[in-house]
Amino acid sequence: MSSVAPTSDQIPTNTSVAVDPDLTSPPTNTPRSRSSVGLRQSGIYIAFAAIIVLFEVLTQGALLEPQNISNIVVQNSYILILAIGMILIIIAGHIDLSAGSVVAVTGAIAAVLMVNQHVSWPLAIVITLVMGALIGAWQGFWIAYFGIPAFIVTLAGMLVFRALTLTVLGNQGIGPFPDNVRTLANGFTPGFLGNVGLGVLGGADLFSLIVGVLAVAGIFGVQWRARRGRIGYRQAVDPLPIFALKLAGAALVLMFIIVQIARFKNLPWVLVLLAVLVLAYTLISQRTVFGRHIYAVGGNLQAASLSGVKVKAVTFWIFVNMGVLAAIAGIIFAGRLNQAGPTAGNSFELDAIAAAFIGGAAVQGGVGKVAGAITGGLIMAVINNGMSLIGSPSERVMLVKGLVLLGAVAFDVWSKRRAGRTR
Amino acid sequence: MTDAILQMRGITKTFPGVKALQDVNLEVRRGEIHAICGENGAGKSTLMKVLSGVYPHGSYDGEIYFDGGMCDFAGIRDSEKRGIVIIHQELALSPYLSLAENIFLGNERAKRGLIDWNRTNAEAADLLNRVGLRENPTTAARDLGVGKQQLVEIAKALSKEVRLLILDEPTAALNDEDSAHLLDLLRGLRDEGITCVIISHKLNEIEAVADAVTILRDGRTIETLDMRAGGVTEDRIISGMVGRDLEHRFPPHESTIGEEVLRIEDWTVHSPTQHGRVVVSEAHLTLRRGEIVGLAGLMGAGRTELAMSVFGRSYGVDISGRVFKNGKEIQIRTVGDAIRHGIAYATEDRKRYGLNLIEDIKRNVSAARLEKVANRGWVHDNEEYRVAEEFRSSLNIKAPSVASTTGNLSGGNQQKVVLAKWMFTDPDVLILDEPTRGIDVGAKYEIYGIINRLADQGKAILVISSELPELLGICDRIYALSAGRITGELSRANATPERLMAYMTTVKE
Repeated sequence: MSSVAPTSDQIPTNTSVAVDPDLTSPPTNTPRSRSSVGLRQSGIYIAFAAIIVLFEVLTQGALLEPQNISNIVVQNSYILILAIGMILIIIAGHIDLSAGSVVAVTGAIAAVLMVNQHVSWPLAIVITLVMGALIGAWQGFWIAYFGIPAFIVTLAGMLVFRALTLTVLGNQGIGPFPDNVRTLANGFTPGFLGNVGLGVLGGADLFSLIVGVLAVAGIFGVQWRARRGRIGYRQAVDPLPIFALKLAGAALVLMFIIVQIARFKNLPWVLVLLAVLVLAYTLISQRTVFGRHIYAVGGNLQAASLSGVKVKAVTFWIFVNMGVLAAIAGIIFAGRLNQAGPTAGNSFELDAIAAAFIGGAAVQGGVGKVAGAITGGLIMAVINNGMSLIGSPSERVMLVKGLVLLGAVAFDVWSKRRAGRTR
Repeated sequence: MTDAILQMRGITKTFPGVKALQDVNLEVRRGEIHAICGENGAGKSTLMKVLSGVYPHGSYDGEIYFDGGMCDFAGIRDSEKRGIVIIHQELALSPYLSLAENIFLGNERAKRGLIDWNRTNAEAADLLNRVGLRENPTTAARDLGVGKQQLVEIAKALSKEVRLLILDEPTAALNDEDSAHLLDLLRGLRDEGITCVIISHKLNEIEAVADAVTILRDGRTIETLDMRAGGVTEDRIISGMVGRDLEHRFPPHESTIGEEVLRIEDWTVHSPTQHGRVVVSEAHLTLRRGEIVGLAGLMGAGRTELAMSVFGRSYGVDISGRVFKNGKEIQIRTVGDAIRHGIAYATEDRKRYGLNLIEDIKRNVSAARLEKVANRGWVHDNEEYRVAEEFRSSLNIKAPSVASTTGNLSGGNQQKVVLAKWMFTDPDVLILDEPTRGIDVGAKYEIYGIINRLADQGKAILVISSELPELLGICDRIYALSAGRITGELSRANATPERLMAYMTTVKE
């Protein structure tokens, strides 16, 4: 017993103070539990790095080839976009099983508008996004205001929106899409500034490199300001060398990816879109009142409601948001295939859910990060891509992905139980 | 030597940090109705859980003799095998199963693994008849009112060939007619030779039905009174229940009381689950600046329901009545309205309703009024940290930093986070529901200090507590609530445990 009974100066001396059993532990314990939380948060990034190294070795360097990196991003962009919406829903303690069907129906709507009705493509995109929002509002209404579990509502949605897809398409694929939409989904930024030689690495797109350098500079600036702000408020911060090391590491990884992509072609448009979405949703989830309310609702619904959080509205709007993101994914997926098909988006929701849970979301809600879900999605993307590069049959890919999902959540449950026991 | 069917000797049961029972003795004679009385937390339910094997042999000290034999129950099944059956306060019927299925749940009438429905329903009909319930045994349990459900519970006990029937607050949720019927039934069972132990807060019922009363206080046996001899009044029982001296457990405090801040008039609330049941009835309440007001009442009196219904209609349906703030009538339809009108409510169950345990201290502190540290929807993290840090030091919350997870804190420190959360909303009125439940003496003293400081800042405070000494120790004025009605109001000078307990057990028509 290293700790002392508290507040001895405030208590009359004749009262014997029972040593609070819980209080005896924190001084030794809290650092440990904090580090285990840290491990849970950073474990996903360590696992990601390990998986990349593994496949880089197994594929004899093919994984991180310029073209392959570009492919991984472009081929999985729609899953990653769905994962952003899904993580917010999972944080709030719900689930969305309809995402794949919504991808299909919004893709079909976009196709009908652009191809059959010849609506100009920007207007068609706006209309499709609004339709996505309405679909989300429909589901959000039943879940938030009618009180039906999201599992049921979105299971129904999965069937209903698949059926609507078939109706809209008349059971056949509709295409081709306008060039602009195809470029958005599948193409690259124009090489505004031409190429620049990088010695042994060959030529690379100068514009992409400049964007990369600006992004790194931006990260430096933002992090430095945040650090100064914290010091100003006398909060604990990492020692300067560690802070610098972390930043340098992040900058190195980012620049490596950008250089590789620049060596292949220019920036994929979907990468730009994805970067904007990740940044925006990270800010929304971490820095806004609305984002905080999502965590509050998922962490303890009753406590949130008794704290004046408009629980129903929060639930409603995250489903509207999911509908919009699914519509974006729907347009990109259809644009990439150059046709909206009846089977589009099949089982996308499962990939997005898996991404969220691999990325550290908790089954009970209240926990999770956008960056984690993206990382989870990328882990699955790398496994997919790496295994197909080494010629694994698809059933083995599926097997590995399943086991990774189970393992990630088992690790989460195990570490939580351990943290609970040391408490 | 009397013919004792049950003897519990020297029962001591310890929970981490708390001695729930200390050297308790209970002797019940064969074929009597034996009542157990005591305040909330006196240890009544714990004692019955020890007896019925909910707390297995070995997890407590002391000996139990039933019908002459030593008992070492490993679980509730063992005690039921010996004929000891407990009916808990919360009814445990499965709502969608039929009465017959409920009666024989876990004790099915089966032949080679297949349920014999004819036998099940026929035997159930007999048992229902025995408790005076004329219902078809195939009726679903949810179609019956609480009173009848209580009778089904008894029928279920009878199906187990009960010899000692324990009833924990059997009439708490019943109306007078159902209560009277239940008590009649108990008398009938007594005549059939079944011994009953009844836990009740309703002293008039005890007076009417019990042959003997054992009084518990602070986990100890105080006395056993023989009711058959006569002369034992409700007052006599009350004095046994409360008779304790107030130690120096409360920081001294002189309140400076100002003008009225909040007034509640004709406040009536109906139960959301039991149609038509009145939970709070025409309650009047006044709170003034700088005043600490207590709300006393036994379990089920409607204290929390009253508070929560005022706090943005968080409980109840068909709420009627008026609320005045600073003399002006206000409408509170949501929790957000309540917070904006400067009303704060700290729940009695901080883990379930008060805190987000997986989040850190600062996010809990800011949760009820995040806008205060936000600018156009953007949260100012550093400002939030600073504010939370201020509370951490001023309320003496023991944690390495405000980034610590609240789930890892002790009960006392969690309670301080709850208080910080509501102080952060700048309320004029703070309703504190069981602010010191489950926390140790040291932390309690600190909480009382915080309450006093809040009163000194001119806030009006309503403390709901099951501990009479606590109310008497810190309040300037105390309301007593009984069966949803305000039955009395006592100033600090006039308040005694006996008077309060008398009000708390009054049943008004």
